[in-house]
Amino acid sequence: MYVELKNINKNYGNFQASTDVNLGIEKGSLVALLGPSGSGKTTILRMIAGLETPDSGDILIDGVRVNDVAPSERGIGFMFQNYALFRYMTVYDNIAFGLKLRKEDPKKIKERVEELLELTSLKDFGKRYPNQLSGGQRQRVAFARALAPNPSLLLLDEPFAAIDAKVRQELRSWLREIIYKVGITSIFVTHDQDEAVEVADQIIVTNKGRVEQTGTPREIYKDPHTPFVSQFIGQSTIVEEYYKMKGFQKGPYKGAIIRPEFIEAFKSDNKVFEDVIGCSEEGTITDILFRGNSLLLKLDVNGVTLTTHRSLERRSVKIGEKMRVIIYRLYAFDDEKAYLLENEELLKYDVKNRHLEAYLYSSDGYFVV
Amino acid sequence: MAKNRKGSEKKVDITKIVLIALSVLFVFLMLVMPLISVIVNSLREGFKFYFQSLGTSYVLSALGVTVIATVIAVIVNTFFGLVASWAITKFSFKGKQVLATLIDIPFSISPVVAGLSYVMTFGRLGWARPLINAINNTFGTDIQIVFAIPGVVLATIFVTFPFVSRELIPVLNVEGTDEEEAAALMGAKGFTIFRKITFPHIKWALVYGVILCTARALGEFGAVNALSKTRGETFTLPLEIDALYLAGSADSIVSSFAVSSLLVIIAIVVLIIRNIFEHNAKKE
Repeated sequence: MYVELKNINKNYGNFQASTDVNLGIEKGSLVALLGPSGSGKTTILRMIAGLETPDSGDILIDGVRVNDVAPSERGIGFMFQNYALFRYMTVYDNIAFGLKLRKEDPKKIKERVEELLELTSLKDFGKRYPNQLSGGQRQRVAFARALAPNPSLLLLDEPFAAIDAKVRQELRSWLREIIYKVGITSIFVTHDQDEAVEVADQIIVTNKGRVEQTGTPREIYKDPHTPFVSQFIGQSTIVEEYYKMKGFQKGPYKGAIIRPEFIEAFKSDNKVFEDVIGCSEEGTITDILFRGNSLLLKLDVNGVTLTTHRSLERRSVKIGEKMRVIIYRLYAFDDEKAYLLENEELLKYDVKNRHLEAYLYSSDGYFVV
Repeated sequence: MAKNRKGSEKKVDITKIVLIALSVLFVFLMLVMPLISVIVNSLREGFKFYFQSLGTSYVLSALGVTVIATVIAVIVNTFFGLVASWAITKFSFKGKQVLATLIDIPFSISPVVAGLSYVMTFGRLGWARPLINAINNTFGTDIQIVFAIPGVVLATIFVTFPFVSRELIPVLNVEGTDEEEAAALMGAKGFTIFRKITFPHIKWALVYGVILCTARALGEFGAVNALSKTRGETFTLPLEIDALYLAGSADSIVSSFAVSSLLVIIAIVVLIIRNIFEHNAKKE
């Protein structure tokens, strides 16, 4: 493990920002600290940087306990949420600042800064001041500045928060690519699960000062361990009376989480689902929201409201229409854990010979998968 | 529609003209005219008399005291203004709001009271008197505060204390602490951070505060009056003007106008410098 936190606790007055935090990050990985605001993710990042001191526990970087090592000696690059660029310095001077402090050879500094300007495609902007740059360009300057002294660990606090939605998408893949190109171990904080899933190869989910789960985006998504993770990841509807749905029986659970993609809603004359129509039950469309690339349907099934997506390629539906509804699976949870429950009725069918995708992306009679 | 718009425009125009006229008239009658009359009166007996009045030993001594008091007050207040505004904006601590309010005391208190408070502190019956006596006895010095130049300096410092910090606090508040934190993370130490990050940001506010502080220090009367009783030794220019004026002879009154004109000229110069700096700050 390159970065390790062991039994970290941190209080701000009465507020417990970190409770018994344990985590390990491997060298070369790109990790997201994901959680809602106030979940303690930024505190973890700032403690690794040395901007905050834990009340108890150990922080190790590359096997060395760094609790008492000054932030500037930890070999980290830090990118602040709003970048904290030095506004009275040019882009060039911003990037050179850390190098000049280390009294490096002016020629080497010049080479390094130019190399970074090249890397971040800011070659023509060296003489500009931060307020003459766009949000995306500022992010790139901040990135170059953090990388300048060749840190072995890069920490990014909400790297995309200060950028408008449209540019954000581009910058996500840019940042991911460039981090891989540089090959630096990186940790970034975000509250946006799409961002975490898209950029990181490892996600650490935090909640109320604790680490809930660590895993690849796929693991976090497919196998949530705690009620919080199952709710926080994906779009979720919490259903208490999950046992009212066909294929599920009452168990020792408090409720269940059903994601839109767990639900199939089709018209009763749909050929694709002819053989499994017995697993379905009736639902009524109560609302239809247009989501650009799909529709969001709200369905009333046995008095429970469920949400699902519907491709625009499928036959049109209208509010009040009766649909057949199959729930493939759901996450049941108690106070501690989340459990994956499959639809028991559906398991009786031989689904192995079918394209499983046929369920998810059935064309409602237009195409045959 | 078009007619309406024209009508409302006309209305705005009238409001505009009235407001401008009122302000110009008021400023001219209340501020500019009296100052012009000072200059005019100071030259009533001709240039020769004007320069003679400025060259008396009393006036020269007062000019010296004023310059000393102003220079020291500006240096001290710039330093403590920086320290206090830094403390208030960059750290959170108990009583921060109280400290910010206390700094403003000189704005709300009468300068005479400020002067008298120093008399009460350092005077013959003051509580700090034994301390000063002890210092004088130990070091063989003869430090006098009340009715001496140190008292004049202290009074000037008191009255001009808030000017620098009042200019700096809003600027530092807006700036936040991110850039400093970023610099510290890269290994910059306290003074480097101040020099490279904070100072460029507060430069113009600091200059502005220093200028205001200087102007106020030059003209302070009330507080200094309570602590300075010897003409030709501890008098500042405003006190000298007062003394000349109260002497009552026709000549001395003209002389007092001449000395006053000196302060008016200094004030105008300060305003011009201020405007130049303001212009530069805007350009940046």
